[in-house]
Amino acid sequence: MQPVEQRDEVEMLSLMLLIRRFEERASQQYQAQKIGGFCHLYIGQEAVVTGAIAAVRDDDYVITAYRDHAHALARGTSPDACMAELFGKETGCSRGLGGSMHFFDKQHHMYGGHAIVAAHIPLAVGLAFAIKYRGEDRVTLCFFGDGAINQGAFHEALNLAALYRLPIVFICENNLFAMGTSVQRSTSLRQIVDRAEGYDIPGEIVDGMNFREVRDKVAEIVDSIRKEPHPAFLEMRTYRYRGHSMSDPASYRTKQELEKYRLDDPITRLRAQLTREGKLTNEQFDLLDKRAKETVLAAVKFAEKSPQPPLDTLYDYTYADGATEPDRPRPVEPAQERREVAPSPSTNSP
Amino acid sequence: MREITYRQALNEALAEELERDPNVFLMGEEVAEYQGAYKVSHGLLQRFGPRRIIDTPISENGFAGLGVGAAMVGLRPIIEFMTFSFSLVAFDQVVNNAPNMFTMSGGQFNIPITFRGPNGPAHQLGATHSHATENFYASVPGLKVCAPATPRDAKGLLKTAVRDDNPVLVLEAELLYSSKGMVEPPDEELLIPLGKAEVKREGSDVSIICYAQTVPLALKVADQLEEEDISAEIVDLRSIKPLDEKTIFDSVAKTHRVVIVEQDHPFCGVGAEVCYRIQKNIFDALDAPIIRVSQEDVPMPYNERLEKAVLPNADKLIAAVKQVCYA
Ligand SMILES: Cc1ncc(C[n+]2csc(CCOP(=O)(O)OP(=O)(O)O)c2C)c(N)n1
Repeated sequence: MQPVEQRDEVEMLSLMLLIRRFEERASQQYQAQKIGGFCHLYIGQEAVVTGAIAAVRDDDYVITAYRDHAHALARGTSPDACMAELFGKETGCSRGLGGSMHFFDKQHHMYGGHAIVAAHIPLAVGLAFAIKYRGEDRVTLCFFGDGAINQGAFHEALNLAALYRLPIVFICENNLFAMGTSVQRSTSLRQIVDRAEGYDIPGEIVDGMNFREVRDKVAEIVDSIRKEPHPAFLEMRTYRYRGHSMSDPASYRTKQELEKYRLDDPITRLRAQLTREGKLTNEQFDLLDKRAKETVLAAVKFAEKSPQPPLDTLYDYTYADGATEPDRPRPVEPAQERREVAPSPSTNSP
Repeated sequence: MREITYRQALNEALAEELERDPNVFLMGEEVAEYQGAYKVSHGLLQRFGPRRIIDTPISENGFAGLGVGAAMVGLRPIIEFMTFSFSLVAFDQVVNNAPNMFTMSGGQFNIPITFRGPNGPAHQLGATHSHATENFYASVPGLKVCAPATPRDAKGLLKTAVRDDNPVLVLEAELLYSSKGMVEPPDEELLIPLGKAEVKREGSDVSIICYAQTVPLALKVADQLEEEDISAEIVDLRSIKPLDEKTIFDSVAKTHRVVIVEQDHPFCGVGAEVCYRIQKNIFDALDAPIIRVSQEDVPMPYNERLEKAVLPNADKLIAAVKQVCYA
């Protein structure tokens, strides 16, 4: 566990690059129909998760919604296991049983990957409850989108966390849209952070495109939580460059708006800061980027050649003690024509 | 053995498991200071303190989810629903999060959680408060569901549920909390396995398959039938899922006639599944079609007379038995 200040910023920049290149490659593989189901990309939001992870220890708990590839990568899940999960392979971080929206990695304290909007926020409060129950000094980071804050689960969870004074940072990744619904059209507040005030939880707005600001804010709050457990709320102002999911052309927003945010790109920004301070040359940056691309390409190769989960393990992951119903049918190979009737990615909604 | 109430039996089970394992805690509405809406947790706050006996606000979705999260990192929560009718507000946590986590994580996160509380119609509580939820939950892969009818089964099954590494629902019989029965003394460990039915009364002419609140009804009816020279065997399922096929089939092989009396609704009810399994596996043993007695397929009326008409009762059960016996 490295103390926060010493986490190398160049290393964090290279993590941001890895996330971006991973997502670009995932997009390409999705279009090539190597990846099924829904797939939500994180491109544009990289500073939020890298900044937050840079501010915590390896044994702190992390949990998020379905836009989760970056959170697993940032926690240390191998790009191979992440890509293999997208491919539905046995070597995936959830053995191919979770998919894009359900990345889990117990070893790296990544508690998912949850696809019912806001349903994981009570779980996060449970993780924080366990920390306090055991008298540990860990912290839970709970990420969610702006769309989650109008769900009952969100409100119940915030109230419980405040009531029991649990060690948790609620991190709202406000990318201005929940699918096609802008925050103005969903939320009866001037700013999201005001939700926290209703539960007497301290809250702040953070520039989510600025790695350093995210890291420093999270570090400050985590520090205070470790001294005396309490919940906190951070509204990260950020932006997703791509559509909500692979099938979304994002016609509900203007090109100009997207361009405005692209100019404020989190990777470009940290790169410029480091370059200005003489900590990074152009050659070094190019090398980092090249390495990220190579890592991701290798992950695709790994995923491609990995085996499918064996059919005879179908019933192995339903009950922890292997309990099964006596009447269970024997798993059979699905009919071949299934592939032909599979919907094309463009018709695949949420 | 000594005689205690169903409520006391549950209370003992909770106390023993809290005592045994520091990872066990009890959470729910009014479980601590109020001593339990139905007094099942009576005295536990005084004995185990507020760290482990935890009152919540009225937030079923929130605290059920809190339990699932705590279970992900190895605690063993017992989540009390004031009644299972209110668990519907937490349906997402019970159905989506608790049982799916183990699969979705490729086996990394099992959820050792117990959801418990009263279930099934009570007296004149109207449609919102009278749900028998066993068939909803039993249809979800990854959940285990039991519905004890006696103090002994209540204690033994609840203790087993707390020790199980999966999400288990203990559906307590709201109307039976004050009923009494013989239970092993407290110094004797009582664990009743999930997935084991019990023949509560032996008989030779007809098998009456029942669980929870329909068990006392079936036993009473068996007495009446005896006077008419019909010998009924009473099979108490105890666990809805996993289902004990063997005990059911053994009984049917002996009597060749079956009535299922259940406390849920007829459409896709527990009895439908039991019925399917019997005909599929031992069709040749049957001498008559199986008949199910359940609630009527209507939301529960408040009016007492109408409520009685909706519920399974002795008259309906006796009529069903006679129908299968004289078929
Ligand atoms: C309970 C529920 N309702 C609806 C959906 C469909 N859905 C998936 S993502 C989404 C938008 C959520 O947006 P937000 O929380 O802002 O996260 P972002 O996509 O911006 O990361 C919706 C409506 C869902 N998954 N769960």
